[in-house]
Amino acid sequence: MTVKIDQNQIDYLKVRAGMGRISRREFIGRMGALGVSAAVAGTFYAQAVHAAGPVKGGIMRMGVSGGESTNSLDPALAASPVPYNVLNQFGETLVNVDETGGLEMRLAESVEASADAKTWMFKIRSGVEFHNGKPLTAEDVMRTMERHSNEDSKSGALGIMRGITSMKVEGDMFIVGLDTPNADLPFLLGDYHLMIQPDGGFDSPAAGIGTGPYMVEAEEPGVRYLFKKNPNYWDSSRGHVDEVEILSINDTTARMGALQSGQVHLVNRVDPKVAALLDRAPGLAVKSVQGPGHYVFIMHCDTEPFLNNDLRMALKYAIDRKDMVDKVLRGYGSVGNDMPVNASYPLFDDSIPQREYDPEKAAEHYKKSGHDGSPIILRVSDVAFPGAVEAAQLFEQTAKAAGIPLELKREPGDGYWSEVWNVQPFSASYWGGRPVQDQMYSTAYLSTADWNDTRFKREDFDALLLQARGELDQDKRKALYSQMGMMVRDEGGLICPMFNDFVEGVSDKVQGWVADPTGELMSGTASHKCWLTA
Amino acid sequence: MHPILILVSQRIALGLLLLWAASVLIFAGTMILPGDVAQSILGQSATPEALANLRAELGLNDPPVTRYFNWLFGALQGDLGVALTNGQDIAEALGRRLGNTLFLAFWAAIIAVPLAIFLGLLAVRYRNRWPDKAISGVTLASISIPEFLIGYLLVYFVAVKLGWFSSVAMINDSMSLGEKLSAIALPVAVLVLVVLAHMMRMTRAAILNVMQSAYIETAELKGLSGFNVIFRHAFPNAISPIVNVVMLNLAYLVVGVVVVEVVFVYPGMGQYLVDHVSKRDVPVVQACGLVFAAVYIGLNMVADIVAILSNPRLRHPK
Repeated sequence: MTVKIDQNQIDYLKVRAGMGRISRREFIGRMGALGVSAAVAGTFYAQAVHAAGPVKGGIMRMGVSGGESTNSLDPALAASPVPYNVLNQFGETLVNVDETGGLEMRLAESVEASADAKTWMFKIRSGVEFHNGKPLTAEDVMRTMERHSNEDSKSGALGIMRGITSMKVEGDMFIVGLDTPNADLPFLLGDYHLMIQPDGGFDSPAAGIGTGPYMVEAEEPGVRYLFKKNPNYWDSSRGHVDEVEILSINDTTARMGALQSGQVHLVNRVDPKVAALLDRAPGLAVKSVQGPGHYVFIMHCDTEPFLNNDLRMALKYAIDRKDMVDKVLRGYGSVGNDMPVNASYPLFDDSIPQREYDPEKAAEHYKKSGHDGSPIILRVSDVAFPGAVEAAQLFEQTAKAAGIPLELKREPGDGYWSEVWNVQPFSASYWGGRPVQDQMYSTAYLSTADWNDTRFKREDFDALLLQARGELDQDKRKALYSQMGMMVRDEGGLICPMFNDFVEGVSDKVQGWVADPTGELMSGTASHKCWLTA
Repeated sequence: MHPILILVSQRIALGLLLLWAASVLIFAGTMILPGDVAQSILGQSATPEALANLRAELGLNDPPVTRYFNWLFGALQGDLGVALTNGQDIAEALGRRLGNTLFLAFWAAIIAVPLAIFLGLLAVRYRNRWPDKAISGVTLASISIPEFLIGYLLVYFVAVKLGWFSSVAMINDSMSLGEKLSAIALPVAVLVLVVLAHMMRMTRAAILNVMQSAYIETAELKGLSGFNVIFRHAFPNAISPIVNVVMLNLAYLVVGVVVVEVVFVYPGMGQYLVDHVSKRDVPVVQACGLVFAAVYIGLNMVADIVAILSNPRLRHPK
């Protein structure tokens, strides 16, 4: 069948759509009249709207899981997804990590380091105003950093502030001195807790006053937050909608229902079990973005029987990563390579060979380890990560095929993080990931780290870590990180079967969505960068 | 003094005594939770100095009895303190949540109670015939299905497929009454289905019991119509057990609907309490406990008083 399609009519409608004069429904209807199928018309519409640039106005509603009535607007206390997204509406950090893993200047106009990477100078942007009308100064920046690093700090960012030995202000410059060289310092100061507040937020930490594109209009912890556009916002390329509403919807089914019935435009944490079904529903799309979070099985390198590297290698070869991604993550993730980093990190070396499931090699290493054949106990609980028990059962089966007697021990979820993780020699766990490799390795693989949950204690590794941290030449750094990754992969106590994606639901009224691997919902900036169409 | 006034004031005094006992239990219960409040606020990274400062600030060094009375007098004056986790004023936050819970409970009750009693009367009128069996069957089925499942079914069919009502029952001050009612339509429907059966069955049983009496036979012999006999003569004598079960269900609507709140994302008391229990925010838990106890005791007291008033022997003593 041939249908003559009137190109002039189509172009005319595209222009109208781009101008926001006709709704999506009307556009598809009229395209249908011209003989264009709904699927093709939908694509035309998205192209036309996107090409025309952002539409201003509207209320963007987000249904976000992970909020409690106990939440506060104090950036120091934020730990779950709702506070994370709320902070990103009203607050801003000095820099952001953009979707390519590079640095994006926000409240800092430029960053410079001394040659030894021990002193860092941030030029603070001029002409920026807080929501209370006060102009932003370098003094405010320093006070903010002080509040997160002083003795009574309860800040989630306290750990990353530890290396800072001095802070001072010179004119519009904020200058940081470090105890050891750190080429990643700007990335660390982009941490979402470090939202710049007037006078550092010392007098009222939970006032919700920042410099961000949206101002807090209503705050009901555990229920909803309403934001109005900041009329004096300094960056005209962001903040297209008039209002942003964040609804705290912890129940997965309720969240999906809200998206399907059009009550919200964006939801986080779509359950992989229903993601494919949800994607088929009309009026929305499921977006999956590779992130730095990973699910792990961790062995203590300093405890029998995991003292023996051959046994560790045997277990690493005895796990079927691909199968786990398919069954546990339903394909919404990627295979791990027994290192805590993946391609979502800057300076990642993707030439490192992927470890595969190989029962023969596993059996070989197992034999070489001389293990006495007694069951190896793996402790697991549902709270370790979603689907942890199923993943451990798959592991048990594939290990059995290699002749390794793995035995699962179910632990209660209550107290798992205090009694099992980082205490027992072999358990399931997860890591949320960090913006840069240095921070990931420093948090969990440095000999002296509190959270060294694999008891990986190697002086040569520590030396490499410090060397890489102070290295300003990116190629050399990349080579060092590659070497460190190989050490953890071949000698560490980490079995990393998979990296989980951020799986999110996006209404087709939302335009301007980009995949951002650094955090949920475009690392909290979906409402700044996206816009709504009719 | 009129004996009925004495009886009623006795009931009220007993209720207050019970509420006081409940407050002691709540306070003692939160005291024996492992770990102290200062420790749970500061977490693992607590230094001994910070712990000592915070303990002094919260008055944790005073003897428990002193603290109890400080808390009780504060509560009596409406001062419930501030939440440990986010520093919000508890009375204000709790008041808003309680208001929401009562709003939902009110609309559920105003539909469910008359409907249940009417269905009960209808079931008696046509006892052991098909209307009776249909009413019993439907209400028993709706009480047997878990409430979250009814909720999800309604969300799927009514909100997602038909688009009649919203699946998220979030209400706030800027909404008009009509908008609020439309928002809570689905949770109200679920709650009505859940509480209907209990009240309906009790109405039916209580009236059937009275229907055995000789005076009902007399009324029938006088030639009164079936429904008239039930409503005018049997029902008044069955009020006491019916009011009891109605009050129990009203109390449930206020204190027991956390699952429905979660499914419909309704900002009520249940979710508020659960969040604070998991964070060991003791002052909020105590305040919620006190409110829940007061609701339970208050509604049961009303049931008692109505039972007394509906008894002619007490109303007209010789």
